[in-house]
Amino acid sequence: MRGFAWLTLAIGLFIVLKIVIAALPAIQQYGFGFLTGQVWDPHKNIYSILPEIWGTLYSSVFALILGTAFGLAAAIFLAEGFVADVVFALLRTAKLQFHPVWGKLPRQVDDLFLILIELLAAIPSVVYGLWGLFVVIPLVRPACNWLHAELGWIPLFGTDLSGPGMLPAVIVLSIMILPTITAIARGALVAVPSKLRMAAYGLGATRWETILAVTAPSASRGIFGGVVLAFGRALGETMALAMLLGNQNVISISLFSPANTLAALLANAFPEAGPKDVARLMYAATVLLAITLVVNGAGAFIIQSTSVDKEGEKP
Amino acid sequence: MMQEVVKSNAVILPHPDAEELNPFRGVDFSKLERSLLRPRTFLSLLLSGIITTMTLFAMIPLFSVLGLLLWRGGRKLSIAALTQLPPAPLEQDGGFGNAILGTLVIVGLAALISVPIGLLSAIFLAQSKSDNRLASSVRFAGKVLTGFPSILAGVFAYGVVVTATGGYSAIAGAVALSILMLPTILLTAEDAIRMVPSGMKKAAIGMGATDTQVVWMVLLPTAVPGILTGVMLAIARGAGETAPLLFTSLFSNYWLIWHGHVKLMQPTASFAVLIYNFAGMPFANQVELAWAAALVLVLMVLTANLIGQSLSRKQVGSGQRAV
Repeated sequence: MRGFAWLTLAIGLFIVLKIVIAALPAIQQYGFGFLTGQVWDPHKNIYSILPEIWGTLYSSVFALILGTAFGLAAAIFLAEGFVADVVFALLRTAKLQFHPVWGKLPRQVDDLFLILIELLAAIPSVVYGLWGLFVVIPLVRPACNWLHAELGWIPLFGTDLSGPGMLPAVIVLSIMILPTITAIARGALVAVPSKLRMAAYGLGATRWETILAVTAPSASRGIFGGVVLAFGRALGETMALAMLLGNQNVISISLFSPANTLAALLANAFPEAGPKDVARLMYAATVLLAITLVVNGAGAFIIQSTSVDKEGEKP
Repeated sequence: MMQEVVKSNAVILPHPDAEELNPFRGVDFSKLERSLLRPRTFLSLLLSGIITTMTLFAMIPLFSVLGLLLWRGGRKLSIAALTQLPPAPLEQDGGFGNAILGTLVIVGLAALISVPIGLLSAIFLAQSKSDNRLASSVRFAGKVLTGFPSILAGVFAYGVVVTATGGYSAIAGAVALSILMLPTILLTAEDAIRMVPSGMKKAAIGMGATDTQVVWMVLLPTAVPGILTGVMLAIARGAGETAPLLFTSLFSNYWLIWHGHVKLMQPTASFAVLIYNFAGMPFANQVELAWAAALVLVLMVLTANLIGQSLSRKQVGSGQRAV
């Protein structure tokens, strides 16, 4: 058993080392300029990945903002049992709240919502990409072009949406990271000792005063850890972005402009890469690896240290 | 009755300090009633409404995706689509039979690699004490790997298998997927084994069982539902992954098994890559096939997920879980 534990650890280290070592020739050849230049042109033999780094971070940050807003709302909704309360109230008007079968309904409805959110995470990213291509892009395109025509002076709306672009990609990406945030934040909220909540109610606080002043602050580290992990997922997400982002090496602040990400670059360029290209792509992979390892490591560390705190709090 | 009450009050009230002693002196009782017009309660109701709307909004994509898959994919779905080879451009009909087979083989191979490693490491983790340095670093590595970008698993498999064996193959795809499946199996199995009530373990030790017997005859059989949950979730994840397969198993328009030979070292078709390739094609037939394939893929993945989740409820001790 101990041997296999070492093996798991060794696999983790081997993955990192293998990618970094494969990138060494390119790192020596292109150096730091690879990260700061804006052109990827095989004809002129110029290679650099700043647009991809920009696209990765920009799409992830925007998706994180959207995903956190909706994911946290869903987490509070599920953790505080809003649906269960409504169902319970309905049952009480029918005087069925302690009925052996109907009485279980509030709990079951809560579980159903939880499963639905988890299913959101189960849908493969290539299916989200397909959905984004045929549903999200046609849906948002008129609104985007109207915004560009009317409010084009705002940099965010600086270009028109000619098909694939940042906004549809961000929408789909935020849906993909939402279940991560919801699952972890809900876990953190549920883990808050119910005594704290009861004490707040006892002092006369309303439900939302309790959530905002007691429950959410107590669970804040767990929630933050979930958000950081979701950021890591957004950074590494490939297929949906490769299908929806347009894969153009552009640095633009506009939400409607096409862009590219590190992961999409790897997905598009690897299948037809020669030996020299592989080293360059490995360099790009190393950059992505470094970014995601830092973000994921921070998230895992925050969550691990919170659970230790929680154990310490138990009487 | 009323009269009597008033009288009895009249007996008590004359106390000179009555007003001073009244604990509710100066309290306006009308303010203690719950009123929707008061900002506090109104805000509470408003916020409840907002997050309910937001949660329902967050569920729209799920139903939109599933509905569209049934509508657009269901039309094309037929026995032919499930059994035939992919069509050439402009060709009509065809199917994705080889992709189904390819996905099953690749995911099966990946499970063969990741399940033994993950399970045996999980046994070690579950048995270790909380201050064990190796255990906590393995756990940390597992958590970091959970969020490991799938494309990087593909890059790794490309570097290790594809460049070493000189070509794209099902094996390379399986190696990539096994890296993504490992952490799920590892962490879920550890949880499941830890949840086995310590009384059972102590009873076995008390009866003179050795450590090995405790693990193989008590802990593992009791934790089977939880372990299978992890395996099913991992398989569901592996089957849906596209990015790492794009340049490890690539794609193929032919069957994996040809004249009785299983060709594991050849480029192999998979569902996810087929959807990606066909979705971007300008041919209506291919796009329709992509939708049908997506429907089958989602049905497979969701079934695996639901089986996994229903198994997790059968796990002994799952009720004791704090979260």
